[in-house]
Amino acid sequence: MIHFDNVTKTYANQGRPALENVNLDVEKGEFVFLVGPSGSGKSTFLRLVLKEERPTTGRIHVAGKDLARLTNWKVPHLRRRIGCVFQDFRLLPNKNVYQNIAFALEVIGKPRRFIRKVVPEVIDLVGLEGKRDRMPDELSGGEQQRVAMARAFVNRPMILLADEPTGNIDPATSIGIMKVLDRINRTGTTVVMATHDAAIVDSMRKRVIELEYGKVVRDQSRGVYGQAY
Amino acid sequence: MRAQFVFSEVWIGLRRNLTMTIALIVVVAISLSLLGTGLLFVKQVDNTRSFWQSRVQISVYLCTNNDLGSNCAKNGAVTDAEIASIKNDLLATHDVAAGGLHFESQAEAWKQFQQEEAGQPILKYTQPDQIPSSFEVRLKNTEQDAAVVSQTVEGAPGVSQVVDNSSILNNFYKLLDGARNAVVIIAAFLLVAAILLVANTIRLSAFNRRRETSIMRLVGASNFYVQLPFLVEGMIAGLFGWLVATGLLILVKSIWLNGLHQYFPYGIQLSTADLIEVIIVAMITGLLICGSTSFLTLRRYLRV
Repeated sequence: MIHFDNVTKTYANQGRPALENVNLDVEKGEFVFLVGPSGSGKSTFLRLVLKEERPTTGRIHVAGKDLARLTNWKVPHLRRRIGCVFQDFRLLPNKNVYQNIAFALEVIGKPRRFIRKVVPEVIDLVGLEGKRDRMPDELSGGEQQRVAMARAFVNRPMILLADEPTGNIDPATSIGIMKVLDRINRTGTTVVMATHDAAIVDSMRKRVIELEYGKVVRDQSRGVYGQAY
Repeated sequence: MRAQFVFSEVWIGLRRNLTMTIALIVVVAISLSLLGTGLLFVKQVDNTRSFWQSRVQISVYLCTNNDLGSNCAKNGAVTDAEIASIKNDLLATHDVAAGGLHFESQAEAWKQFQQEEAGQPILKYTQPDQIPSSFEVRLKNTEQDAAVVSQTVEGAPGVSQVVDNSSILNNFYKLLDGARNAVVIIAAFLLVAAILLVANTIRLSAFNRRRETSIMRLVGASNFYVQLPFLVEGMIAGLFGWLVATGLLILVKSIWLNGLHQYFPYGIQLSTADLIEVIIVAMITGLLICGSTSFLTLRRYLRV
């Protein structure tokens, strides 16, 4: 599903590469934690998958597509197969829960009948029944993140990228978020989650890829957060 | 493509920076109406030119008994032989248009004079033999031929005065041309201002909606879909500006240019078709400027 072949990414004006000779494969339906300290290259990894950045050297395949060969106008089609969740939720403050989720479908031109059918389904899936008309500022952090996950998942992506989704949320609420991610994963969606949260990684017992200074220092199935230390 | 979605986004965008939108509409309206006024001027000058082209361009006035002009004083009134000779000279230039030579006798000229000055005191003090007979000449090609033809008969026996109407009109043309150029130059400056304003408005709009556009890009909206609301926004402002300009142009034509015709009671009025043509040119200019500027601005600010 995601294939990195000897990928190095160096940003302009920076000596050390953000990612260096990274080789890894994420299979369809996998749940992967991407761990490591700040600046270790987790975000760069996610940006490369989205083709927001181009690798300096090396090849990347996502969902069977060679990103180097993907023309600019086809990038949107790649992104329709990838959902994204962020630490800061990135909801539209002037739209309610339903409208925020529907927005993701409206802007890719889905028919209204389809939107009316799938948005309530995904609201149920993330556990926000009865809150479809709430505005984002009327929701708790955990609820806002559920909306963001619903928006990322509503188009049934093949891959879900989560960049520290529990970073702004207290541990108790985080468990709920992880349950939703797990539920999404069980539908066959590949989930890649970058995180600092050791407790969550340890409790889930999924594959862990650890980055340090842009290099993969550990890749183990059913791993925990701090094993390398 | 979901039109409703695009238009609700456009509406939000226009409302959010209302002041910029209004400024944009005003500038587009003024620049387009000035441009249109310039074009109307061009048409007016053309019409006036072609009107005179098809009419008498040179009048050759002949001597009368009491003409004190140097050429007439010694020889007295023009003779039939002189009239024939002048006619031959004129025709010999080959510049006179077919059927463009008309001899107006004193009797005819007097009748004309009586009509033009009916009720005026001057009629009482004028005798029929004071009104000169004349040759009214229409040329094949005014600009070049007028000088040649006038020189041919200037100073010939029996000729009192040669009046080149086109040289009188040239001053009038110069005035119109000058006014037209001034209007077009101002319009050009304003169009530049309009372009900058469009660019700025679109940039502000892109900035105001950066959350929306970043999410649109993230969930895989096509570039066209991301840019369309901004493009439509610019075009709508252009369209409103054009509507206002259309109103102003109709005013310019009906009040001002038509008022001009009180002083020039000739059939040189601009037609409604001329006005419509100018309005259409203004619309195309407006939409083109707003659309292409929005598009180019967006390419800078909404990169994938």
